[in-house]
Amino acid sequence: MTFAGTIGILAVVALILALAIPMGGYIYRVFTGQRNWFEPVYAPVERVIYKFVGINPDAEMDWKSYAKSWLLVQFVMALFVYIIFVLQGHLPINPDHIKGMSWDLAFNTAASFITNTNWQNYAGEQSMSYLGQMAAITYLQFTSAAAGVVAVIAFVRGMVANKGKTLGNFWVDYVKVHTRILLPLAFLFAIVFVGLGLPETLHGAQIAHTLQGGTQTISRGPVASLEAIKQLGTNGGGYFNANSAHPFEDPTALTTVLEILAMALIPAALVTTFGKFIKDRKQAAVLYVFLTGLLLAGAFTVYASESAGDPLVHHLLGIGGGNMEGKEVRFGQSLSSIFVAATTAFTTGAVNTMHDSLTPLGGMVPIVFMMFNSVFGGIGVGLLNILMFLIIAVFLSGLMVGRTPEIFGKKIEAREIKLATAAMLVHPFVILVPTAIALVTKAGTSSMANPGLHGFSEVLYAFTSGAANNGSAFAGLNGNTVFYNVAIGLVMLFGRYVSMVAMFAMAGSLVKKSVVPESAGTLRTNTFSFGGVFLAVIIIVGALTFFPAVAVGPIGEHLQMIAGQLAK
Amino acid sequence: MVNLWRSLRFLVVSVVLLGLIYPLIVTGIGQLLFPYHANGSMIKLHGRVVGSMLIAQNVTNPGLFHYRPSAVNYAGNGSGGSNLGPTNPALIKEIKGNIQTVEQQNPGTPVSQIPPDMVESSASGLDPDISIQDAKIQVPRISKATGLSQQVLMALINRNEQGRFLGIWGQPMVNVMKLNLALLQQRGK
Repeated sequence: MTFAGTIGILAVVALILALAIPMGGYIYRVFTGQRNWFEPVYAPVERVIYKFVGINPDAEMDWKSYAKSWLLVQFVMALFVYIIFVLQGHLPINPDHIKGMSWDLAFNTAASFITNTNWQNYAGEQSMSYLGQMAAITYLQFTSAAAGVVAVIAFVRGMVANKGKTLGNFWVDYVKVHTRILLPLAFLFAIVFVGLGLPETLHGAQIAHTLQGGTQTISRGPVASLEAIKQLGTNGGGYFNANSAHPFEDPTALTTVLEILAMALIPAALVTTFGKFIKDRKQAAVLYVFLTGLLLAGAFTVYASESAGDPLVHHLLGIGGGNMEGKEVRFGQSLSSIFVAATTAFTTGAVNTMHDSLTPLGGMVPIVFMMFNSVFGGIGVGLLNILMFLIIAVFLSGLMVGRTPEIFGKKIEAREIKLATAAMLVHPFVILVPTAIALVTKAGTSSMANPGLHGFSEVLYAFTSGAANNGSAFAGLNGNTVFYNVAIGLVMLFGRYVSMVAMFAMAGSLVKKSVVPESAGTLRTNTFSFGGVFLAVIIIVGALTFFPAVAVGPIGEHLQMIAGQLAK
Repeated sequence: MVNLWRSLRFLVVSVVLLGLIYPLIVTGIGQLLFPYHANGSMIKLHGRVVGSMLIAQNVTNPGLFHYRPSAVNYAGNGSGGSNLGPTNPALIKEIKGNIQTVEQQNPGTPVSQIPPDMVESSASGLDPDISIQDAKIQVPRISKATGLSQQVLMALINRNEQGRFLGIWGQPMVNVMKLNLALLQQRGK
């Protein structure tokens, strides 16, 4: 660890907060229908879209029709990209003549991108045509992010309404996330990215005659436009196999800082948006303090562990210093570490470092962050998870002090707790059960690339990443088999849709309740002591459920490593 | 049915806007404003593309600076790292092999002087940069192969060194393509 590196990490986190807080106010204004500077541009474009799609912008929807439209449009999109993946070999804009995908890989990839996961069992430069990169990958990186945002906005509307019925108009919300938030930001980032060195071309791969007379085929394509929304939408699915470690996706220290800011911007901003909806800035402040604390704790754990390096390499080979296996020189330990923590806190899944080659404790942080799934979390869904944990924390502390649990003036009753519990439990269920199945089957274990405990961590990481809709990987694991394509595909779908539909249903029940004014008997949630309870709930739920698995994987491997033993 | 029809219409509108118009406009503007970057920072020497400023290539010639080890043999169309874990015997074997290569090519280099990035594979397999220490270890070899003095080579490294961005982000390093181009220019004089 160096002084400059430490300041570097702190500066990135400070910038995240400095940009996210005003952004959160802007998002609030978008979803409360307020006008903004670019109204003369946005409004006519939106009217044209409403007309083409057949939307009545004045209609209001209850939770069922909101959730139905939300699910149906995503199903249609998933089907569309599945067809592109299978047929891309016969479709245009394919200068490198890339062939179609097998059914199982196409299923996995469609499920992955519609759920905002971006788990990739394919290598972009070898298995995805330019058309696929643009009209399927870049496309879903917009729409899946937008689906997350509207879900949490609908939920928050349900939370603050006083004896209401409706959650808003899904179609209007969905169009506005694109026109007023994602598209302008992505455009801005994409142009800046090209200026900083990311390619953006429709020309096929370049054949180079190298300095010593060999040849090298250099893949390229419309990278910058994908990269911008990949980060902003907490998607993480890279243009190239090496993702943001590839110099074309992330050529400098500055671009990696911008990529971290881009992925953190909207999830962190939504906490402010939420505070504005419930008219309680202090609630947002309490959440910021605890979530930022977790993020920093994770980043510095990775930084310390990676800077200390691998003692086996030190003792057996005499090479000193930090761990540089699977890292890029331009990022060094510090920017690699904050990226590892941020990409799993904000559930993006982009990587600028090969997570499989991290030291055991460095690799434990991303696993644990994905198990928590609420250290800010992914775009929209992160705040939904946070609210779910808040409701459970209110319920538990209500029981402890003998008060009727209520949150933001709404009574929490049996139906809400049942739904919150269902949303909470699906996550460990779809991680641990498939991991266990994979470990006892040949189909599961034969894909491991590393021996011993690290091989176990690879499988655990894969299902945790799928369930958390993260998409990063311990990439040694060979995921492109029928078993993993189908298993991880299903885990991603369950991980996203079961909990989100449960949250929609909860919004439907919360919206009808009347708001009880705050009294002396109200348990206040905007205090730091309640923040502590909230944090304890996240950690206890996470620790109790997952500790055995984490102990067998990264913790066991750490003990083995410091004891000076190689895996067998 | 109304919803299905509406979803299909939304699909068409959104694919055209987000999946085609958006990337094509960025491509147009990128090509117009930053043609060098937009096409992959390709370097031309005597009229032929010799590689990209941003992509490592296989260099074994003793008279040129070498890149970091690559787990994918510098495949510009197949990036990736080794994905070897910290307790994997294969990792130790790989690093040991890389140390032997460094020692063979740069005789007299003590192992304790070798920086980790010089013998550990990069994440992309295409890392275009090396640490300053890595570059300095290669100086005696290049001097011997090219006849350029060690001082000239050290000066080249110093001139092409990139520091931390704003003093806090990244680490001091040097781009190998840039260094090799400067080296070739020096030899041409």
